[in-house]
Amino acid sequence: MISFVPYASFRFFIVAGILMIPIIVSGLIGKRMRLYNDFVTVVMIFLIFYGQPAQFVSIIIFVLWQTGLVKGYLELRKRNNRSVYFYVATALAVFPLFIVKLSADVPALNFFGFLGISYVSFRTIEMIMDIRDGLIKSVSVAEFLRFVLFFPTISSGPIDRYSRFKKDQAVVPTRKEYKELLYLGLNKIFLGFLYKYIIGYLVHEYWMGSSMMNGNSLFSIWMYMYAYSMYLFFDFAGYSQFAIGLSYLMGIRTPENFNKPFLSRNIKDFWNRWHMSLSFWFRDFIYMRFVYTMIKKKRLKNRYLISDLGLALNFMIMGFWHGFLLQYIIYGIYHAVVFISFNRFEQFNKKHSIWSKDNRWVHALSVLITFHVICFSFLIFSGRLNFLW
Amino acid sequence: MTEITPAFENQVLDILAEVCESDEVKNEPDIRLFEEGLMDSFATIALLVEVGERMGIDVPISDFNRNQWATPNMIIQQLADRK
Repeated sequence: MISFVPYASFRFFIVAGILMIPIIVSGLIGKRMRLYNDFVTVVMIFLIFYGQPAQFVSIIIFVLWQTGLVKGYLELRKRNNRSVYFYVATALAVFPLFIVKLSADVPALNFFGFLGISYVSFRTIEMIMDIRDGLIKSVSVAEFLRFVLFFPTISSGPIDRYSRFKKDQAVVPTRKEYKELLYLGLNKIFLGFLYKYIIGYLVHEYWMGSSMMNGNSLFSIWMYMYAYSMYLFFDFAGYSQFAIGLSYLMGIRTPENFNKPFLSRNIKDFWNRWHMSLSFWFRDFIYMRFVYTMIKKKRLKNRYLISDLGLALNFMIMGFWHGFLLQYIIYGIYHAVVFISFNRFEQFNKKHSIWSKDNRWVHALSVLITFHVICFSFLIFSGRLNFLW
Repeated sequence: MTEITPAFENQVLDILAEVCESDEVKNEPDIRLFEEGLMDSFATIALLVEVGERMGIDVPISDFNRNQWATPNMIIQQLADRK
């Protein structure tokens, strides 16, 4: 069957490019043809999934499920803001994703699922959280579908937020603004080609694929760690550039995903620079909500303990989210341990100032240490160490 | 724009100094709290809970955006708008 995975084939770029022409032309004269945009979404979703009937059926069922859930919860919330409704709605929104992730261990569950189910689930879970907080007071089915099925970011993000997306949908860019968006968008798409299909490809082909990487010697694993980390970054950052660039062409300012992550000076800084739309989602909807509930209900007194538990929960869920496989779970635990340890160190340093922030050399050393700490986590993630357990 | 009284301002700054564990915020009302490492997600939650309990201003977590709540002055303004 013909593959039409977003940004994965020449065919995808050609078809998307042709469909974009009317959008670009109308954008340049300061207009937006809503009906045509919706038409493009339907065509693209159809092309992406029709090759695999199981996926096609799954996404339709999934969308019906989530639409009913969001609309239903919104109605209930208007009448009564009971916590139990919120927890049930959240659990039901997570449920399809849970089934798909579990299928890594239970092959019998393989019948359901489609490319990008995680990213689409993040969008609907976020909406339920915002309905709970009273930030979303009404959603039309059309608005909901435009957000949930926004095709440039459907397969792997970046994860946008509903209220931000809706603003971009409502305001049509002026000619001048659109010209700027077009310029930036095309720039990003070409940067994507450079990252994913030139640098990423070369790293994968000649560095990861070199015979130096064979065998389980310390040296070969060490070199593989650097190679895999570089590949992971350039491949995913390249993909993100495509997704953001194409969004810009459609007048939607999808948030960034990477901000020079290998120059992070500590692990906290790293999570503000690496796969940002995901880490911010986890921060806002898991860590912060957990901490808020704990402090507000006075379940625990010790604030450091609350924070540590929140971080452990945050990174454990992130690990499991990558898949119910040992390498991902260890990756999650590893990041939780590193993050919590760093917090302790930072508290200690606030009092004793053993690690200066302003010294250039100290800064360089911090970057170097952080770089190795995160590369090692990617080595775990890659599965290269699976022979150990 | 809501009018901001000195008493209101001081109350916010007191809470802020507590959650940041630093008095720097009182002297430098335009300091970028997150960039300078004075505030993080945990301090944000502590701030929201404290303003809710002591000042009766409820701010949903999703409403807190680091760009719009970046400095002590901006936080005072945001809270005043929600009073």
